[in-house]
Amino acid sequence: MTIETTTSGILLLIAIMTVVTLATRYGGVLAMSFVRISPRVESFINTMASSVLIAIVVPMAFEGDAGARAALGTTALAMLVLRKPLPSIAAGIAAAAAVRYLA
Amino acid sequence: MSVASYSYQLQPARVRLEFVRLLPISLFVVAFGAAFGLAATQKGLEPLQALLMSAAVFAGASQFAAVDMWGAEVSVLPMIAVVFAINSRHLLMGASLYPMLKDLPPRQRYGVLLLLTDANWAVSAQEYQSGRRNLEVILGGGLALWLAWILGTLMGVYFGGLLQDPQSLGLDMVLGCFLLAMALGGSKSPRVLTAWSVAAAASLAAYWYLPPHTHVVVGALAGGVVGLFWLERKPA
Repeated sequence: MTIETTTSGILLLIAIMTVVTLATRYGGVLAMSFVRISPRVESFINTMASSVLIAIVVPMAFEGDAGARAALGTTALAMLVLRKPLPSIAAGIAAAAAVRYLA
Repeated sequence: MSVASYSYQLQPARVRLEFVRLLPISLFVVAFGAAFGLAATQKGLEPLQALLMSAAVFAGASQFAAVDMWGAEVSVLPMIAVVFAINSRHLLMGASLYPMLKDLPPRQRYGVLLLLTDANWAVSAQEYQSGRRNLEVILGGGLALWLAWILGTLMGVYFGGLLQDPQSLGLDMVLGCFLLAMALGGSKSPRVLTAWSVAAAASLAAYWYLPPHTHVVVGALAGGVVGLFWLERKPA
């Protein structure tokens, strides 16, 4: 099934994208409303939550260029030492810029 | 639950505070929005269509992927599959907020979820790990991010990309660094570190061997399984 990218076709495509994305924003919450939140379930969603971030970032580091790795490595180190997000993020971005400038 | 009692009250002052707090990261979102606006017009979308897409969909990576599939015609099912796969992390993000969201009246609950995205969720999830309940950041911070995304798209469709080469300034790494900083700012107990190792290995395996865009959900669920069997001991 295809939709032509005429004006009405594009509006339909945007509507489809909106509904699909909305389903992802609502789906997890709706599903959880049928689950009894036991300590085990709570433990699952808490570790899952912090794992989401790792699952986004780790492939980024592995598949990215040296600049991407420098950025994430510097942010991680700064965050462990300083424990302040903003300077850590700034340091990471500066590291990426520096590495790419030199490369 | 038979009795509807909603104990979470969104505080307008905190919503405003969180709006301001996420303004710095929103500045970078403007730059990404401009890149999207440019990409969209290059693929033949009218300015208003690109703006409508950004306002209604509000999910950057999936919007880039969708306009990448643009041509004289668009195959609907592949587009749905890609948009769903990229955005499926929202399912887990929403679920993780459920212990707080269930205390909001349903209309507000599904209202604030319209603005759920990576950055504001990361702040809320991290604070929840430290025992603070913050749904105001989803609403206030989300509003800042949403407006920035629309503003960026607007600039992109009318003025092109704002920067010649955002990568050379490292700006493509802003969100990655932000999310990493949020993760490392949370608890680092042996239990969490084990979950992270499992999540990292699983997401990499999925990235390499499973269909595209599945690695976030696979990695996160694998990390969650650690929590399913290894419960946190209650603080004495």
